[in-house]
Amino acid sequence: MTEQGGIAGAAMTGAQSLIKSLESAGATDIFGIPGGAILPAYDPLMDSTRIRHILVRHEQGAGHAAQGYAAATGRVGVCMATSGPGATNLVTPLADAHMDSVPLVAVTGQVGASMIGTDAFQEADIRGITMPITKHNFLVTDPADIPRTVAEAFHIASTGRPGPVLVDVAKSALQAMTSFQWPSELQLPGYRPVTRPHGKQIREAVRLILESRRPVLYVGGGVIRSRASAALLKLAEATGMPVVTTLMARGAFPDSHPQHLGMPGMHGTVAAVAGLQKSDLIISLGARFDDRVTGNLDSFAPNAKVIHADIDPAEIGKNRYADVPIVGDCHEVITELIALLATEADAGHTGDYEGWVAFLAGVKKTYPLGYDTPADGSLAPQYVLERLSAIAGPDSIYCSGVGQHQMWAAHFIDYEKPNTWINSGGLGTMGYAVPSAMGAKVGMPDTTVWAIDGDGCFQMTNQELATCAINDIPIKVAIINNESLGMVRQWQTLFYNERYSNTDLHSKRIPDFVKLAEAYGCIGLSCESPEDVDTTIEKAMSINDQPVVVDFRVHRDAMVWPMVAAGTSNDEIKYARDLAPQFDEDDI
Amino acid sequence: MSTHTLSVLVENKPGVLARIAGLFSRRGFNIESLAVGPTEHPEVSRMTIVVNVDESPLEQVTKQLNKLIEVIKIVELDGSASINRELMLVKVRADAQTRGAVLDAVQLFRAKVVDVAPDAITIQVTGNADKLGDVLRVLEPFGIRELVQSGMVAIGRGSRSISERSMRPVPVPAPASATPLVG
Repeated sequence: MTEQGGIAGAAMTGAQSLIKSLESAGATDIFGIPGGAILPAYDPLMDSTRIRHILVRHEQGAGHAAQGYAAATGRVGVCMATSGPGATNLVTPLADAHMDSVPLVAVTGQVGASMIGTDAFQEADIRGITMPITKHNFLVTDPADIPRTVAEAFHIASTGRPGPVLVDVAKSALQAMTSFQWPSELQLPGYRPVTRPHGKQIREAVRLILESRRPVLYVGGGVIRSRASAALLKLAEATGMPVVTTLMARGAFPDSHPQHLGMPGMHGTVAAVAGLQKSDLIISLGARFDDRVTGNLDSFAPNAKVIHADIDPAEIGKNRYADVPIVGDCHEVITELIALLATEADAGHTGDYEGWVAFLAGVKKTYPLGYDTPADGSLAPQYVLERLSAIAGPDSIYCSGVGQHQMWAAHFIDYEKPNTWINSGGLGTMGYAVPSAMGAKVGMPDTTVWAIDGDGCFQMTNQELATCAINDIPIKVAIINNESLGMVRQWQTLFYNERYSNTDLHSKRIPDFVKLAEAYGCIGLSCESPEDVDTTIEKAMSINDQPVVVDFRVHRDAMVWPMVAAGTSNDEIKYARDLAPQFDEDDI
Repeated sequence: MSTHTLSVLVENKPGVLARIAGLFSRRGFNIESLAVGPTEHPEVSRMTIVVNVDESPLEQVTKQLNKLIEVIKIVELDGSASINRELMLVKVRADAQTRGAVLDAVQLFRAKVVDVAPDAITIQVTGNADKLGDVLRVLEPFGIRELVQSGMVAIGRGSRSISERSMRPVPVPAPASATPLVG
């Protein structure tokens, strides 16, 4: 067979073409489960020497594993499932990846082309279902389209604002004969992401930065996705501007750095919340003014002008008016800001932020993160995370579920490097920790990977412990077991008169997490007193040939502080129950 | 709130209409009128979308539309610098007594009779929304039995074409493969 242009395409089945296409796109690890419609693809997959397929226990696990893999490595994560229920089980990971801009390619089987639309066995319109939760999706019914579609999927997933792309392939296309030819160029007339910022906007931004007296660098997940951490450090140090890192950006700037105020938002540090709230200039880098950061929008940072840099033009001005909008890749934006600020500095123009920096240093010192040690000698969850941070250190990767343990992990673990904190920020998917840790460990096999999970979250996806044990993926799991849906319980404590409707999980009784771990071929450990925390973590750190699960049985009434109640102004922040910080505004 | 007319060039691929309609509904925007059809390029379709929104939500919906991979270009057409047309077919009660008066109205508006029955006339009218409204107001007293209307289509005045520049393909390097895997 000869293609136009004289290059011979190799004759093969659509299924073989799909596997060759995935290999050509650079995929080396795929998480998935076979089933009827995708079955033809699994036959050539068995012969692939380039692709390791990891058989998971639930498709949701495959999707989150691919996310964890992508977040840890920066490469595109790949998952695979069959039609109908296999595909719909990927919906949550796709929505999650869409919210958190994770580069992901999901390949699903679809019923044969002639059966589409007949309510055939295991048929679901997964392309229609996932339209609002993917960056793009495809339905392939002609096997000749497979290589180009896979190439486009990887290109779209990994460029611009990264995101999930679904490729749905009809079984008939997998079974038919076709010719394989990897495209040398792609035709995507409607897809041209702008990465290079406009020079005029950079000049305008620099003017505002130099004029400002109370600037703050508001750093979002885009800085991590664009690999701009080193550049950010340069920008911050060259100017002395304070930095806040959002939940998605933990690790983008070293926690040990004196300019770092911590995480802003509903559960942000007092210094980070005050740093945004009282600033006169917010320099937003790859962040999106999420409601969990701004609180009530009308009263958010009322005196601040905004420089908003993002690769996605639709984020700019979506929630907060941008005085200087900059469309571009964060790395390029920061690099150009540094260059122009250096030129200005040479000409003697630098910002004067001395009073502001001193004010925030005072706030940071007066209102550090803290917690109460339970009077009854039981274990404080925050203490577990502090010790985990000290022992496992900043070289480990930490993957978290969603809830109180997530907030404590964001606060009490010290992050020094990007891609070491992996969590479900936008969608807030409970059950994210174990499968994403599995994916991160596959992508970074030489790095220690800890899943920090709640007892509620852990019971949603712990079946992947079997996958980890069997496939030699030795992750470590710290269950912060407060035997309840802790964050919901906290809201019931604060806003529902301590009426604990359906938040008591009884997880200290059922299940027995140690036995559960052992049943899954993992080492199970348990710890319930502060004195045993270090030795338990050290024991877990010493086991590297098997997954380890530690049941940290913690005090159930611990709450996440600071807190801004939902829908209220960030000015209403409490650093502990009924305790509001006092600012001496004259110090600014 | 004010009415805006968007001309949207899209790749002529299955599912594009669902993508765009879905985006409008989930972002909470109401489409007043929508028309889709082919263009001078067989691989490109053109949608004319009329929305009733404020300036800032309009900017957001335009940006969100632009993010769709299959959307090639969006142009807002200004009412005075463009031609807008809608087509309406209307079935009006008309017997021997009233037919003459109905036909007068048809002539007045340069409309067209496309079907006649003993007790009704079907009329085709083209024009902008104002003209269609005027026709209806005049016909209403006779009794309107049925009415169907197309979405609005619009084109800018003058010699410039919105599809000229956008059609140039931009080759994108394919994702790197370690070694070519042909064969």
